[in-house]
Amino acid sequence: MLKIILSRIAQTLVVVFFLVTFTFFAIRAIPGNPFADAKATSPEEQAALEAYYGLDRPKIVQYFNYWKNIVTKGDFGDSLSMKGRKVSTLISEAFPVSLKLGFLSLLMGIGLGIPLGTIAALYHNKLPDYLAMIVAMAGICVVAFVLGPIFQVNIARPLQFLNVAGWSRSSDIILPAITLCFGVAAYLARLTRGGMLDVLSQDYIRSARAKGVKPFNVITKHALQPALMPAVTYLGPAFAAIITGSFVVENIFLVPGMGQHFVLGVTSKDYNLVLGLVLFYGILMGIANLISDLALIFMDPKLRKG
Amino acid sequence: MTSCRSKSDVQIANEAGILIVGNSNEPKGLDPHLVSGVLESNIIRAIFEGLCVEDPAKDGSSLPGVARSWKSNAEFTEWIFNLNPEARWSDGVPVTAHDFTFSFQRLLSPDPNWPAKYSEMLHFIKNAQAYNKGEIKDFGEVGVKALDDFTLKVNLRGPIPFLPEITKHYTWYPVPKHVVLKHGEMNTAFASPWTRPGNIVSNGPFKLKEWKTNHRIEVVKNPEYWDAETVSLNGIRFLPISNYYTETRMFGDDQLHVTYSIPSEFIPYAKEKYPDQIRQEPYVGIRFLRSNIRRAPFDNPKIRRAFALAIDQKAICEKILQGGQKPAYSITPPFGEYKPPKVIAFDPERARELLKEAGFETSAAFPDISILTTDSDTGRREAEALQAMWKEHLNINVRIMQREWTTYLQKQYDADFDLAAGGWIGDYLDPTTFLEMWIKDGGNNSTGWDSPRYEELLRKAENTADVPTRMGILAEAENILLEDTPVMPIYWYTTNYLLRSEVKNWHPLLLNNHPYKFVRLENN
Repeated sequence: MLKIILSRIAQTLVVVFFLVTFTFFAIRAIPGNPFADAKATSPEEQAALEAYYGLDRPKIVQYFNYWKNIVTKGDFGDSLSMKGRKVSTLISEAFPVSLKLGFLSLLMGIGLGIPLGTIAALYHNKLPDYLAMIVAMAGICVVAFVLGPIFQVNIARPLQFLNVAGWSRSSDIILPAITLCFGVAAYLARLTRGGMLDVLSQDYIRSARAKGVKPFNVITKHALQPALMPAVTYLGPAFAAIITGSFVVENIFLVPGMGQHFVLGVTSKDYNLVLGLVLFYGILMGIANLISDLALIFMDPKLRKG
Repeated sequence: MTSCRSKSDVQIANEAGILIVGNSNEPKGLDPHLVSGVLESNIIRAIFEGLCVEDPAKDGSSLPGVARSWKSNAEFTEWIFNLNPEARWSDGVPVTAHDFTFSFQRLLSPDPNWPAKYSEMLHFIKNAQAYNKGEIKDFGEVGVKALDDFTLKVNLRGPIPFLPEITKHYTWYPVPKHVVLKHGEMNTAFASPWTRPGNIVSNGPFKLKEWKTNHRIEVVKNPEYWDAETVSLNGIRFLPISNYYTETRMFGDDQLHVTYSIPSEFIPYAKEKYPDQIRQEPYVGIRFLRSNIRRAPFDNPKIRRAFALAIDQKAICEKILQGGQKPAYSITPPFGEYKPPKVIAFDPERARELLKEAGFETSAAFPDISILTTDSDTGRREAEALQAMWKEHLNINVRIMQREWTTYLQKQYDADFDLAAGGWIGDYLDPTTFLEMWIKDGGNNSTGWDSPRYEELLRKAENTADVPTRMGILAEAENILLEDTPVMPIYWYTTNYLLRSEVKNWHPLLLNNHPYKFVRLENN
């Protein structure tokens, strides 16, 4: 077990290293200027800004300085677009918001998706299956920028206690969480259905039924655990993705999360912010994958050998 | 269901005396010397105050701010501002004339590492430009002097009768010398944390209470403010709502007192739904196309003129924008005593003639050209309308090149475009705010156009104190610009926003800079 964990950590570090290296040079290669502004930036001002942020030095020097500052000072640099603010501050302010929202919507997605998939499998090729799969397809196809405004107009406006958008009341989390959860629920429903169908056709299920085990127990005690393996594999990366925020949902519901930093960081050419986010996301993804691997090992004794 | 009912954000804010303002985006910063945007200025105007302040109900009129009174010599070249001894920073320290000289020196610093955005707003002061460019070393030669703690003398490069108007711009605001120097050197730029919550000290009717990135900025009434008894609001909450559709919906859900904008598709709906709250007011700003005269075909003034005359400006205003915008016959909108020359108007007949005169009988030989615009929806729809008009009236195909913001700007600075959509919003109420930008190598010119005669007239106007004569000279200069048409005017902006009826003392203002100190909330 320890060996697996250690090798996974080592793998993550290697992946993150290449990810950051690639991003470092890629973001500098895209057109645009981080200091461009509606009011022209004079050549002197451009030079002053580049010198200030060390962007006047050769790229390779900038690259080594970037790592040097992280390793020696734990400094991820200053944001180029939101001047005077540290990348680490921006991430540490926004991450708790995204974590809270993502975690809630993931729980809702699990609560909705797994029962839906199970029901679909049990009624394979019957009406409940079709209905469940229509809902699941809709969840994948109807994107957040359609769903969000629909919720704002049809739920928040009529209901006095729900705000259309914002992040100041405790109820403000509800609509963005619902909007976000559908995508997850839809994937989970399809994965659970597939896994369940596979398991239900196995001999040991037939034996259990033949022995006279109650249908409910067949499902919950014997079938569900192995049937969830594909869903659990998906949940690792899905977790990392959802807790780092969604630009669309944050933009529609005015949520001060990390998703907008990802998109605006790229469009405003905020090199340091993008790099900080990629680094952070890479590490989170590594951790989430590790957890889902461990969960799979726990669920499937066959995996413990390897 | 009564147990479920709770108060709306606006109801709670009304009781607390807090104005909730949609402010479009997260500000890039709050240091008055390092920003240049409208949304930053909205917050800076609440927490800082200059020599004069806006009249809440009248354009071009100035009320006492830090300066209790002011007077100039007959030539409008030397101004004395008598500061109010009661004016205080929010930490209780008096605001003195030395804070102003310090601020001007800071903004004008020639330090190559000082990235001030907007120092040219101070170039009206004698020798300011030379000091800014490093041509003179001694700040003592710049025309600004603290005669004593509460008397500021300003000497200008020429007669400027509208100086009080300019002092309302945030570049002329004082910054607290004692606080700036506590957190860094005079020209420590972004590394200085003096504008962060907890550190910032300001002299306006409000002071910063909370600043949460992408979430909200809240300011509260400043008890040290010299005119605190006039201030009716207890605070203002600025929300960075970049999605204007969400903003309009929030307004409908009683979450905002005033919006930043209304998406044009929502305007007919808003007119019907909120007839008493919708505001559509003139705004000193112009939408135009820059042409790149460095390369064919727009090196030919006839072709530039033909393209300008083939734009059905009225159709763009009425069919696409729907916000009461006006077709622009010149770059500077008419305001005050300025009467801009009427040169550009939709005339497809004349446009075709001009094209013929330029040697393009048929469009077959016309070079492949494109119009550069941003990746916004409005940008795209405007470009598509222009594309259709030029096709219909001139039978010329124009490609649309949409680029995201920073690339769009960079392409213009690099002169890598044929036509580029753009706009300009006046900083103060004088035509020069629109005309100075087209001088040779002006940072925002980007067209490659220049005219010695044009600049000669601008310099002449600079030295003319008599207002009608001066306006006549400026109109003559603008005529040169329009006749040569490096810039094709499309329409003059209006502000389109929603304002709740309990907000009082909020009147239409051409610069849309509403002085918050006079705003009241009236609970019905």
